[in-house]
Amino acid sequence: MIAGRDEARQPVLVGERVSKSFGEVQVLFSVDFDVAPGEIHALMGENGAGKSTLVKILSGFEQPTSGRILLDGEPVVLPRNGAAESLGIVIIHQEFNLAEHLTVAESLYLGREVSRFGILDRRFMRRQTRRVLDELGSHIDENALIGSLAVADKQMVEIAKAISRDARIIFMDEPTAVLSRDETAILFREVRKLREKGTSFVFVSHKLDEVMELTDRVTVLRDGQWVKTAPTTALDGEAIAQLMVGRELSSLYPAKHEPDVDEEVVLSVKGLSTGYVRDASFDLRKGEVLGFSGLIGSGRTELMEAVAGLRQRASGEVAIRGKRLVPGDFRAANAEGLAYMTKDRKGRGLLLGEGMTVNLTLQAIDQHLRHGYLDPKSEAKAMLRAKRRFDIRVRDDHVRAGRMSGGNQQKLLLAKIMEIEPNIIIIDEPTRGIDVGTKQQIYHFIAALAREGRSIIVVSSEMPEVIGLCTRVAVMREGRIVGMLEGEEISEQQIMRYAAGLRRQLAS
Amino acid sequence: MTSDTQADASPRRARTWRDIDLRAVAPFAALFLLLIVGAMVNPNFIGLNNLSNVATRSAFIAIIAVGATFVISSGDLDLSVGSMVAFVASIMILFMNSGVIADPGLMLLAAMVLTLVIGSLCGLVNGLITTLGRIEPFIATLGTMGIYRGLTTWLSQGGAITLRSAEQQALYRPAYFGSVLGLPVPILVILIVTAIAAFILYRTRYGRHVTAVGSSRDVARYSGIAVDRVRTMAFIIQGLCVAIAVLLYVPRLGSTSATTGMLWELQAITAVVVGGTALKGGAGRVWGTICGAFILELVGNIMLLSNFISEYLIGAIQGTIIIIAMLVQRSLARKT
Repeated sequence: MIAGRDEARQPVLVGERVSKSFGEVQVLFSVDFDVAPGEIHALMGENGAGKSTLVKILSGFEQPTSGRILLDGEPVVLPRNGAAESLGIVIIHQEFNLAEHLTVAESLYLGREVSRFGILDRRFMRRQTRRVLDELGSHIDENALIGSLAVADKQMVEIAKAISRDARIIFMDEPTAVLSRDETAILFREVRKLREKGTSFVFVSHKLDEVMELTDRVTVLRDGQWVKTAPTTALDGEAIAQLMVGRELSSLYPAKHEPDVDEEVVLSVKGLSTGYVRDASFDLRKGEVLGFSGLIGSGRTELMEAVAGLRQRASGEVAIRGKRLVPGDFRAANAEGLAYMTKDRKGRGLLLGEGMTVNLTLQAIDQHLRHGYLDPKSEAKAMLRAKRRFDIRVRDDHVRAGRMSGGNQQKLLLAKIMEIEPNIIIIDEPTRGIDVGTKQQIYHFIAALAREGRSIIVVSSEMPEVIGLCTRVAVMREGRIVGMLEGEEISEQQIMRYAAGLRRQLAS
Repeated sequence: MTSDTQADASPRRARTWRDIDLRAVAPFAALFLLLIVGAMVNPNFIGLNNLSNVATRSAFIAIIAVGATFVISSGDLDLSVGSMVAFVASIMILFMNSGVIADPGLMLLAAMVLTLVIGSLCGLVNGLITTLGRIEPFIATLGTMGIYRGLTTWLSQGGAITLRSAEQQALYRPAYFGSVLGLPVPILVILIVTAIAAFILYRTRYGRHVTAVGSSRDVARYSGIAVDRVRTMAFIIQGLCVAIAVLLYVPRLGSTSATTGMLWELQAITAVVVGGTALKGGAGRVWGTICGAFILELVGNIMLLSNFISEYLIGAIQGTIIIIAMLVQRSLARKT
């Protein structure tokens, strides 16, 4: 059952034949999983494969329907709701669990404040926090308010928090999704350092390269079933991907289709400045897929929101087919055929408490008015069409958006913005936190839209994505467009050079 | 090209009774229960006469609460409605007393139109302060609550404002005391207002936008919805509903004072919450709101007809109801 394990070393945490059902739906089928002391164990699988459920069960947030959990060889029932932290089992959540109005030091000691003579010993807590942050090589001010930190810094605070709690097993759910390369490198260095001291990690990630780089063993789940556990060195990225989806991954990216040089310019941005973004100019041609690459915080989202009119611009011009757009008027941009797909599908994209249809037709509700009132039949028809076109798979058509898997949510969001029949589509992080199979589908949707003559901007932090999809790639750094790459120039090394500030094109 | 593995973890089955949202049903179940309790307390209770009286008396709160359903669904709150009733009613009576139009029928018509306009304007003021001024609705309407109440006190010089013309009074009286085909006018008005409101909330673009704005301002904004306009409009609808309530209130007593409509905002909010609308915005339930208003009035009625609880405790009982309603709502909430 378990390959490559040192027989002499007893696993710290074992899940034996763990099954879990929610109501009538079984999501885990007799899964075996174990974590050895001082190992980094990757848990992989498509969205909906049961990774999150397994993590929740092994950290006490859910109880298994059947099967048992062994801690140091002894069967245990893990205390609920995070109380397993006292046993050294810590989970770092994908969505942060930090209070915005506390300082970094207060957050680290939340719930186990140190006091002397009944008074909080702030000085001690601040000093200890500094020590942990220094160990992590982090520049974060221990007195800063959480709300004032960048997303990547918040992630670091979460990690510091776990470390400061003397965790024995740390579950990390997509920890690098919001980190830049440098930050990821620092995180990995720290994780390795802690591994030397005997701390174990369970690393849930979609990023194959990171799994290959960091982990010792890999366990793959598919459809709630255990598929394979093997030393990472015995596998390669391609093999893991195949185990996850259970089929050959034919080309992940569809063929590129380059528009003619003299093709009409549909979107033209000149000298745009907003907030952090300075003097950005670019053109988008009909049928083009233009990529925007750069490190997190380089100003890509700000720029695109300003182009779409979701954010005021300080200066500059945006024109669609020669027609200038009024600054800060998103609805006017929509009317001109420009759509913006947010990267924050849960916070800004979908009404999680509502059903699929309400979400789908929200932006284009006017199409479903008959004599001024809503026509549910017309909405239902649109839903059916969208389900077919974007392959949205749900077992219950009345499921609320919040209960759908990430991949299906993303497809629904894409379907939603396509309802306004846009010709220019700005997609911010098209595949954040979704599985390989759905990623591939979304790439094909994007290519198909471009072939229909629509123009697409893909903003992405995943370089392979930009390289695989786009015929031109703009690179942003510190609020400026520092490079515009074409054809053979589009490669990870080139993009990295521009993104890191080693090179820049003065012309753009 | 895709796996067939990623359908979501919700069961494949036909819609069954389990899909009924208990929160939508709970208020009606509570109403039914109250009717049974009332019938056991006093046999006169269940009589058509008594029940029709109760419904008539609930009209003011019910109609105001319909407006509050819009405001609360869109994620806001209006505390000024009680003061607004007093203010709008005072202006209506003062206008009718002014005698600018000689013909009594025409005068009444003009006064009614003016009332609706003033009510909408009061709502507009609330909406603009909240959206353009970017002030929390709780604080903004706390401010206007004081303003409308203060203006009423000033207009009435601390006393009462009374409709002087006996002719006007006689002409206007049927608007509250009359009935159409055996149905008292206030009940008819409740039904019409609620039906229109339900239609707007469930079957128009505006209604859908209210739900979206109340569920998530960000999602609404990124969906190209004019969030501030939707919110302001909800306040205007609230003002309009207050004005309609005033149209029924003035013929009843023909008089207002500085204490008119005191604490009605709390009763309206209670009716909305008891009716199953979430106080944090999102799903609005207009018929539930009406049910909530009836429940509040029924509880008072049962206490009057029974001998074992003092009717002076009615405020305490209503306070208890809102807390129980919140607890029930939360326990019935399906997990997201």
